[in-house]
Amino acid sequence: MFHVPSTPGGASIRAFGEYQPSNVVTNADLEKRVETSDEWIQSRVGIRERRIAGPDDTVASMAIAAGGKALATGGMSPEDIDLVIVATCTVQDQIPNTAATVAAALGISAPGAFDVNAACAGFCYALGLASDAVRAGSARNVLVIGSEKLSEWVDWDDRSTCVIFADGAGAAVVSASEEHGIGPVVWGSSGERADKIFLREGKYLYQEGQAVFRWTTTELYKVALEALERAGVEPSELTAFVPHQANLRIVESIARKLGAPRALVARDIVTAGNTSSASIPLALSRMVERGELPSGSIVLTLGFGAGLVYAAQVIRVP
Amino acid sequence: MATEYSEQDILKGLGEIIEEIVGTEASEVTPEKNFVDDLDIDSLSMVEIAVAAQDKFDVEIPDDQLKDLKTVQDVVTFIQK
Repeated sequence: MFHVPSTPGGASIRAFGEYQPSNVVTNADLEKRVETSDEWIQSRVGIRERRIAGPDDTVASMAIAAGGKALATGGMSPEDIDLVIVATCTVQDQIPNTAATVAAALGISAPGAFDVNAACAGFCYALGLASDAVRAGSARNVLVIGSEKLSEWVDWDDRSTCVIFADGAGAAVVSASEEHGIGPVVWGSSGERADKIFLREGKYLYQEGQAVFRWTTTELYKVALEALERAGVEPSELTAFVPHQANLRIVESIARKLGAPRALVARDIVTAGNTSSASIPLALSRMVERGELPSGSIVLTLGFGAGLVYAAQVIRVP
Repeated sequence: MATEYSEQDILKGLGEIIEEIVGTEASEVTPEKNFVDDLDIDSLSMVEIAVAAQDKFDVEIPDDQLKDLKTVQDVVTFIQK
């Protein structure tokens, strides 16, 4: 009935980028603030230190920095980009959206621009949308960013949460390609458990630790395995598993259930903390930079968080 | 009909689960032991133990009940009920 473009090609990630605030907060620093200890934090959540935004770091500024780095790494100029998606759940001002501001600051002229809130699964959702947009012909090159300033939503006197959350941003450029470098996204939600992670008093992140731990460690490996199956990838083919960096014990528990003993498991949380939707691209970008993920590596991502929501897909490293 | 387990069966099974998950020797897992104070088991390990016990003994141990299970005997009694 209507004319629509025919686009037989695929979508692939061309480059990653990331930004972390310079301010390092160690467990020893937190010991001075709340009743906790380095030993307690490391054994419960696996974090040694995290980055906390300075006064000049905002969700948008961190997204701009990470996005700019991804463009530079991919050898792309701003005019190549025709869609910008920012995944975030911690932006203070909902209006205007963040993506348009970020695009303008990067010199990208009049791209499609929207924000996604899928909490800590936000990057996987945004990546799925970007891949679909490219494959459907709605965009040629998409800048996908996860950026979070969780420190503004944490009660710094609450020792159960302030030791976990942190700030940062990660980005990826998704481009049209001959082959499919991004597998089908497997996503879902469980809204009847919305009360497991929420804002206490409308302003402080709160989670029921045991319920979240049980959910993540007993149900989510099935989502990850389904993403592998949908992409036609065997667990043994995986170079790495990069799940949301929620808690090192959750990361390791899910990893054990995948049947991929040789796959490198992202442990970025140890020095980056839990940065919600930024954690997966942040980890990926840092792992690529360290040479841990050579070009062509097959990586499984898995995001999960408040909602409850989750998403997973397989990607090929550029 | 659900299988009935003797107190000894449950104790032995819990000992194996706890040794597997937190490394404490199974022989240390005796009824009077408090998970937190005596066996040094934290709240997240308790979830892992509960999940393993659910599979082994075909019972449901929800999080809101789990917080009331303070000692090994509490879990044995819960599973027997």
